[in-house]
Amino acid sequence: MSEITSLTLYELIKNIKEKKISSNEATKSFVDRAEKSKKINVYVTENFENCLKLSKEFDDKPNFDLKLPGIPIAVKDLFCTNEVRTTAGSNILNNFVPTYESTVTQNIWNEGGILLGKLNCDEFAMGSSNETSFFGNVQNPIAEDLVPGGSSGGSSAALAANLTPVTIGTDTGGSIRQPASFTGTVGLKPTYGSCSRYGIVAFASSLDQAGPMSKDVKDSSILLEVISSFDKKDSTSIDFQRNNYSSELTRNIKGLKIGIPKEYRVDGMPDEIEKLWKKGIEYAKDCGAEIIDISLPHTSYALPTYYIVAPAEASSNLARYDGVKYGLRSSGKNLIDMYEKTRSEGFGEEVKRRVMIGTYVLSSGYYDAYYLKAQKVRQLIKQDFDQAYNKVDAILTPSTPSSAFKIGEKSNDPVSMYLNDIFTVPVNLAGLPGISIPAGVDKNNYPLGLQIIGKPFDEQTVLNIAYSMEEKINYKNNITDWWMK
Amino acid sequence: MTIDLKTVKHISKLARISLDEKKAEKLATDMNSIFEFIEKLNELNTDNVEPLTSIAETTLRFRDDKITSENIREKILKNSPEKNDDFFVVPKVVE
Repeated sequence: MSEITSLTLYELIKNIKEKKISSNEATKSFVDRAEKSKKINVYVTENFENCLKLSKEFDDKPNFDLKLPGIPIAVKDLFCTNEVRTTAGSNILNNFVPTYESTVTQNIWNEGGILLGKLNCDEFAMGSSNETSFFGNVQNPIAEDLVPGGSSGGSSAALAANLTPVTIGTDTGGSIRQPASFTGTVGLKPTYGSCSRYGIVAFASSLDQAGPMSKDVKDSSILLEVISSFDKKDSTSIDFQRNNYSSELTRNIKGLKIGIPKEYRVDGMPDEIEKLWKKGIEYAKDCGAEIIDISLPHTSYALPTYYIVAPAEASSNLARYDGVKYGLRSSGKNLIDMYEKTRSEGFGEEVKRRVMIGTYVLSSGYYDAYYLKAQKVRQLIKQDFDQAYNKVDAILTPSTPSSAFKIGEKSNDPVSMYLNDIFTVPVNLAGLPGISIPAGVDKNNYPLGLQIIGKPFDEQTVLNIAYSMEEKINYKNNITDWWMK
Repeated sequence: MTIDLKTVKHISKLARISLDEKKAEKLATDMNSIFEFIEKLNELNTDNVEPLTSIAETTLRFRDDKITSENIREKILKNSPEKNDDFFVVPKVVE
């Protein structure tokens, strides 16, 4: 048998159910490997001792009917975990220990999952490279000094480095799909309203959505089934009939219509991305899908819209960090001075930048020109997709305009960093489900992903197309464990 | 349109983030390049478009007006940077 840590979630569950591996044995393997993998800096907070203890308790009284029986799982440090420090990658929450649990993580523990630890991410999920984290850069397991993507960079790196069998991230503009693409892993952003936002540190509330990240498509279907639920504690949670995503997973996608949006051929897109996309179209045809050219005419307005809507919502959400009820407090000569110093010392540069942009676009005299305008354009972007879905069942695009870049390469130029999300942001603006699957490599052998976008609440079709294409693509990550040498 | 240093300082007051001169200058440069990129939206005529405020097309649900969490005072105060018995403490507001 191959090493425990390199098993997929599905394989690990099978081995545990067949009593070939115990939960404690599995947990030990992941903990041991993590001890040798400090260099990639995925953990902000380790929960190893407690995880080992709980895995033993599981083994003493196992329940194999659960969907994640005794499975150790590390999660992005944006999910509040009861009595385990939750930082959101920020200095301002450096000492924050929640007294409640996010619904998504609670769903995982209810099905037998056990918390391994909290994974590094961009500060308040604002970033595309994990470089804005207060807790330092994360190394991409693919190659040294390469970013793992962001904001769920610790999650993607932990997955690719075999430090967790599966994980969860959050995606506001691409924060699950882009890091998945950069690390040769699978990442799914569900339809807005599928997974509860309760207990997730808020960034942009009309865009934020949690989702599974995994080594293959089947694992994402298993985890989605666990985390997707209607939740009264989230006013935008939607009560719809959820599929049994893993048991309904099929490679039969014959006759499905897949759209190819011409506007995603952006200026300056590298040849290798264009080639990958063409290859993807051939794979989809081989799987029996029908390819149809479509138009999403407002695509080029998505990023400017996002960079108004997301900072505006962020500036409101982050107003709560004032040094009074929790988090960091800096001393000041009066209340206002205390607020200003706390926020100045507690927030990093990118977060300040976005809070400033958000405050500006919402400020008196500018609201109509920016925020209202952006909400109107958002409507047009959503209508593009509505119209396309009259003709097709799903849409196929590249996940990112490039492969992973070097640490430091883009950190001084915010706009070039923002361009990373050009193919993922429209999906959040329209609230749709989207998955990134590894589909090939560039000239440096760095992974490249393809994105499949679905109709609202049609995660099953997205997963089925991904599952079918994954078999044809047959991508294998070639990770050398260089960080252990 | 350009965002000058005076505007940046005004916004930083509204956002309650103190900035030194150097950081304010850097932010002015960054914000100008970001807004240059955002201005693209002005190409579109949106006069007759309804703004999209929420992607979840649901109306807010009603719930019974019942207390669901009691005796959580300690929990709420647990993470406070400074407290005094059952109160959060802030710098003196009233002279």
